[in-house]
Amino acid sequence: MTEAGLTMLNRTADGVARATPEPLARKVRGISDTGLAWLFISPTIMLLLAINIFPLFWAIYLSFTNYRANRPNEVVRNVGLANYKRILGDQDIWIAMQTTAHFVFWTILLQTLIGFTLAWLIDRKFRGHAFWTTIILVPMMLSPAVVGNFWRFLYEPQIGLFAYAISFVTGIPATQIGMLSNVSLAPWSIVIVDTWMWTPYVMLICLAGLRSIPEYIYEAAEVDRASNWRQFWSITLPMALPFIMLAVLFRGIENFKMFDMVNLLTGGGPGSTTEVASITLKRQAFESWRTGYSSAFAIILFVAVFGLANIYVKALNKVKQR
Amino acid sequence: MKSTLKLTLGLTSAMFASTAVSNVAQAEDLTLCWAAWDPANALVELSKDFTKETGIGMKFEFVPWTNYADRFLNELNSKGKLCDLIIGDSQWIGGSAENGHYVKLNDFFDKEKISMDDFVPATVVGYSEWPKNSPNYWALPAMGDVVGWTYRKDWFSKPELQKEFKEKYGWDLAAPTSFDQLKQIAEFFQKREIDGKTVYGASIYTERGSEGITMGAMDGLYSFGFKYENPEKPYEMDGFVNSEKSVKGLEFYKALYDCCTPPGASNSYMGEGVDAFKSGQVAMHMNFAFTWPGLQKDENVGGDKIGYFANPKGPDGDQFAQLGGQGISVVSYSDKQEAALKYIKWFANKDVQAKWWSLGGFSCLNAVVKDPGFPASQPYAQTFLDSMAIVKDFWAEPSYAPLLQASQKRFHDYVVAGQGSAKDALDGLVKDWTEVFQDDGKM
Repeated sequence: MTEAGLTMLNRTADGVARATPEPLARKVRGISDTGLAWLFISPTIMLLLAINIFPLFWAIYLSFTNYRANRPNEVVRNVGLANYKRILGDQDIWIAMQTTAHFVFWTILLQTLIGFTLAWLIDRKFRGHAFWTTIILVPMMLSPAVVGNFWRFLYEPQIGLFAYAISFVTGIPATQIGMLSNVSLAPWSIVIVDTWMWTPYVMLICLAGLRSIPEYIYEAAEVDRASNWRQFWSITLPMALPFIMLAVLFRGIENFKMFDMVNLLTGGGPGSTTEVASITLKRQAFESWRTGYSSAFAIILFVAVFGLANIYVKALNKVKQR
Repeated sequence: MKSTLKLTLGLTSAMFASTAVSNVAQAEDLTLCWAAWDPANALVELSKDFTKETGIGMKFEFVPWTNYADRFLNELNSKGKLCDLIIGDSQWIGGSAENGHYVKLNDFFDKEKISMDDFVPATVVGYSEWPKNSPNYWALPAMGDVVGWTYRKDWFSKPELQKEFKEKYGWDLAAPTSFDQLKQIAEFFQKREIDGKTVYGASIYTERGSEGITMGAMDGLYSFGFKYENPEKPYEMDGFVNSEKSVKGLEFYKALYDCCTPPGASNSYMGEGVDAFKSGQVAMHMNFAFTWPGLQKDENVGGDKIGYFANPKGPDGDQFAQLGGQGISVVSYSDKQEAALKYIKWFANKDVQAKWWSLGGFSCLNAVVKDPGFPASQPYAQTFLDSMAIVKDFWAEPSYAPLLQASQKRFHDYVVAGQGSAKDALDGLVKDWTEVFQDDGKM
């Protein structure tokens, strides 16, 4: 610790001591740096333990039982790995996982492509770019509940603007454009809304990456007579790549556990065509009340996201080291 | 200075006193939990009489239908004290009785001379008894409800439409008495121009998230011959749930959805149905009877323009309708059970029940519904009586929630998403339901 830091710590300790009754103050004055540090962070640690760590371990415990939250009087039995075996052999769960993978893949692909393009354009610093940046960021600032509800109206085949616009362009009657009721269109309707809402977020991260590239590198490239295309491939993209990867990581984790938007737009339907893993989990946990079973499913999802995120972070670090 | 001090002390004492009085009053208040819908507003109005008579204040906790089950089952499962009285859905009765959420009312009924024979039998079985058909009562029938239909009487009586319909189908355009007729009418109106507007055949239940499509599809299935189990052997479902007649019933419901519903009606339940009818989109509208008073009063589609009919007959003449409605129970975790029981006693009174009906609630008391003046008391009263005479209910087992989730999935996958066949859906349902009962140790 630096001298300035130490002085500040001592001052803080003195301040705490002055504000406390005499017997306690003596103890505070005599407390070590480590002790004081623990004193300050212990409330946060307690809070984290109470709301994050304990529920996690509790869920792990429940995942090995037949516990049902709606049967408080029933004896809780240990069922070993039965819940895990049942989940891994359940065809509906695998379909939900496939739906989730489809959703995650397409949203990330579209958001990265459009987000990076927008960032690159905004980085050109054309006239009014600040204004357009603000406008582009608006969807991200809205609540998912609001977004879900108004897109539901936009998608309405009889009164929705979206259906009307598509009908205007394609000539197909608006009443036949059932974005939320058609099995083939419903998954895409969610991808469109998520992309609309979260592309600005990806754009923002990519913009930070582009702005962090030193100008002199481009100047050197200009001297070497590198074309714009060459500059993009050899300077812009490699140097912005860690930022793009970070955006992909954030959006990947978020979309893997996507619930609100899907619930508001389609509720998992039509049929089960948009039933992502989190919707299945919610149904099992809070509608069917299979608490043990849904805890096991939650643990599987957690391990999957955690594992994939770890692999990804390692790749990200390699890219950064290059 | 002295007077200022006195004033301050006086004000402070008054403030303390008023807080104490309001705390006492609040301690006596009862909280009644129910769904947020029109009958709940009627109950608020009705309950003012209870407060006048007893001095016990009433507070209400109303939750929209989409979250009603989640919210209140969570409350009961966590042994919460929010609700002193609850009007819980009919399917909750098994779980709430077995898990000790509701107070058993037999002794109270005996003491207060409240007889279940005074209530419509179907509502006693549906809302009060667990196990079913045994004299164990956990609720007082509070709000009778059943799925029925409304139709646009004004459209049906247009001479040009009557003529065209007769020419096409060979019978007079009128409220249907069979599902076959219902589909013909729905087809006739589908995408027809009426008063310069495109209209559609029928609004039916297709909602996926809670219970919508099950409540709707069952109306077709029951009348086509669907049975939950072997009447001789409980929980034996193969050959009953997925019988040939059941398959035909589910195929019919899908055909009705495909041919005759408004565009985008893939997730419709009570609210969406009312909207479709009120906005003049549909000729017929499937919904619970509780929606009828509101529709009757509607300026655009109510009055002389609306007619009502009970769920029609199936191909073999069987006629059933899905039971809705609820009973009122005392929550066993409440600290105010005595006051809550007072409310139940008051609510069971004949005059209160008569007023309940007049305000828009649906009484289950025989003295009210069998009154000679009842059928003429409202344009929908006779249809309500006819419908209540043909009710069937979904499983009311403690595991009703997973049973319902299974049917929601199977029916929506087939009817709305068009995946697989009706036979596949019902075979799958037998498999799912068997698993649930096996988990419960009932098979």
